[in-house]
Amino acid sequence: MRVEISVAALLSLVAFLSPAHAEEPLKAGFIYVGPRADAGWTARHDEARRCLEAAGIKTTFVESVPEGPDAARIEQDLLGQGYKAIFATAFGYQPFTQKVAKQNPDAHFFGIAPTIAPAANIQNVYGKLWDGRYLNGIVAGRMTKTNKIGFVAAQPIPPVVAGINAFTLGVHSVNPKATVSVVWTLSWFDPPAEKQAAVALVEAGNDVIAQHQDTASALQGAIEKGAFAIGSESDMSGIGGDKVLTGTVWNWCELDKRLIKSVQDKTFKAGDYYGGLNDGVVGLAKISPMVPADVAKLVEEKRAAIAAGTFDYWKGPLKDNKGNVVVPDGKTLDLSDIQKMRWLSEGVSGAVPQK
Amino acid sequence: MTLSDPTLLLLGAALVSATPILYAALGELLIERAGVLNLGIEGSMLVGAVTAFMVAHGSGSSLAGMVCAILATAAFGGVFAALVVGLRLNQVVTGLAMTILGSGLSAFLGQSYVGLTLGAAGSAATAASGLYVAGGLACAVLAALFLRYTRPGLLLRTLGENPAALDALGLPVVPLRCLYVILGSGLIGLGGAFISVVLTPSWVENMTAGRGWIALALVIFARWRALWIVAGAVLFGLIDAYRFRAQVGGASWIDPHFLNMLPYVATLVVLGLQSRRSAQGAGTPTLLGVAYDRERR
Repeated sequence: MRVEISVAALLSLVAFLSPAHAEEPLKAGFIYVGPRADAGWTARHDEARRCLEAAGIKTTFVESVPEGPDAARIEQDLLGQGYKAIFATAFGYQPFTQKVAKQNPDAHFFGIAPTIAPAANIQNVYGKLWDGRYLNGIVAGRMTKTNKIGFVAAQPIPPVVAGINAFTLGVHSVNPKATVSVVWTLSWFDPPAEKQAAVALVEAGNDVIAQHQDTASALQGAIEKGAFAIGSESDMSGIGGDKVLTGTVWNWCELDKRLIKSVQDKTFKAGDYYGGLNDGVVGLAKISPMVPADVAKLVEEKRAAIAAGTFDYWKGPLKDNKGNVVVPDGKTLDLSDIQKMRWLSEGVSGAVPQK
Repeated sequence: MTLSDPTLLLLGAALVSATPILYAALGELLIERAGVLNLGIEGSMLVGAVTAFMVAHGSGSSLAGMVCAILATAAFGGVFAALVVGLRLNQVVTGLAMTILGSGLSAFLGQSYVGLTLGAAGSAATAASGLYVAGGLACAVLAALFLRYTRPGLLLRTLGENPAALDALGLPVVPLRCLYVILGSGLIGLGGAFISVVLTPSWVENMTAGRGWIALALVIFARWRALWIVAGAVLFGLIDAYRFRAQVGGASWIDPHFLNMLPYVATLVVLGLQSRRSAQGAGTPTLLGVAYDRERR
């Protein structure tokens, strides 16, 4: 007992004497679910971290942290080292972040939306990736010659389903005759399976293959078999060359800068934030020179219109692929509908595997 | 039937996805026939995959990558052999540790290789995938003949059944077991190398995604017989290739979750059936997982 008291006394003395008592500049600590070099989700977050460094904010990171109790321990560590803005860049960290956030009301936490474990000092962010996929669909619809387009999808969760539907609506906006075939790998991360899925799609006559996976294997399989491919997560043209028509890209840099600023000037807001084409959180990968200029121009027009909020492709009437009207005439979908999406749009061949 | 016939395409895809598991399961067969239970198979495959990719990327030769993968996993297997055969550590715990070590080591070594491609070497390796598929089948036939008809094959079987008898004959039990662990590990590494250099060509952390465990199950499924391993691997390959083809161009009548589960169900069924036979007929090496200790025979 006496030891504890003396330790506590010593600690308070150190705290009193240390220069940390003065106002310190904000430091940002990042927690990644994968390795920094995953060429996808984590790589994009690490780029944002380096972007903060370049803007003069001191950062650090811990990589390959599973979505479990370890996250809480690492957050505590980072806080102890004086990193008072924590970026916990995976959805599954939320319950652990909540506990730490409640114990550290002076720190700020940024997670991945939608919020399931709220606290006054947590803001969760995500992007409307589906808007990018709609634009990808326009390119795919114009580039297909067989009118058959393939989509290699990971898990049947709403953000992926919404991406497939937006992609299909984009395809149909320029080519109503085309169909989109979906193949589920049921894994975010299984390179041989992702490639097999793409090869199966090409062999069935699909000549443009899109994907929502964490690696570029589906894209490689499609190109190897002579089809066009559309990337996801990061710009994959470096892997497949000109046959990579375009793709969707995450850009967290500007958003993370704004989040840090919101802490500095005390405009921080708890809750959800969805970025998109308007603030650049969701962007388009480079459009290949193989895509005709008029298509690239149309994509740019639609991008500007979606970003400005003057164009909404979720507007009814929309049918699912069983013929039921899912969005009646005159209605549209809001974010909460998209977060619950379990149906596939008319023109998609395939089904959402049931859980 | 033409080359674009869907059945032929399915069969081709099935053989390609069967090949890494076939090599790994044959390697495991040699090790288990020698009486050593190697649960480090997933780790060995990853070590093979990362070595092959690094060397193929550096040298521009996929063949050099394959050879180095075999050597590296053989060395990795050598460590396992020294621990469980030499020092007689618990094989289950050590094997699991080797899986974790292999996945961590490969992730560490491969860090700067993520997202790179092999370029021409990769396309050449993919074009030659038929050779590696044929090589796997040839290895299986050779292993079957070796085990059944040759004297060293008989000795190998005895290593797992009754090592004391070999010891009484004056044969070196511990070095022989180590030899087969090293040889088998090399084959397992070739399976991993096939994934990173021929199949995808790319490297990402943990890219074998559980195929090592399927190979392990396959050895049991095949009741430790080489040709049954081929049958099991092709069956797995068919399921793997079919689960995507079934979804193309219409809703699959079988849920893909269910198809993913099938190889494991098949293994459980075979294990269940096997329990009804006598231990002799089941094909399990009698002393599988038991370290040989001359003092305690």
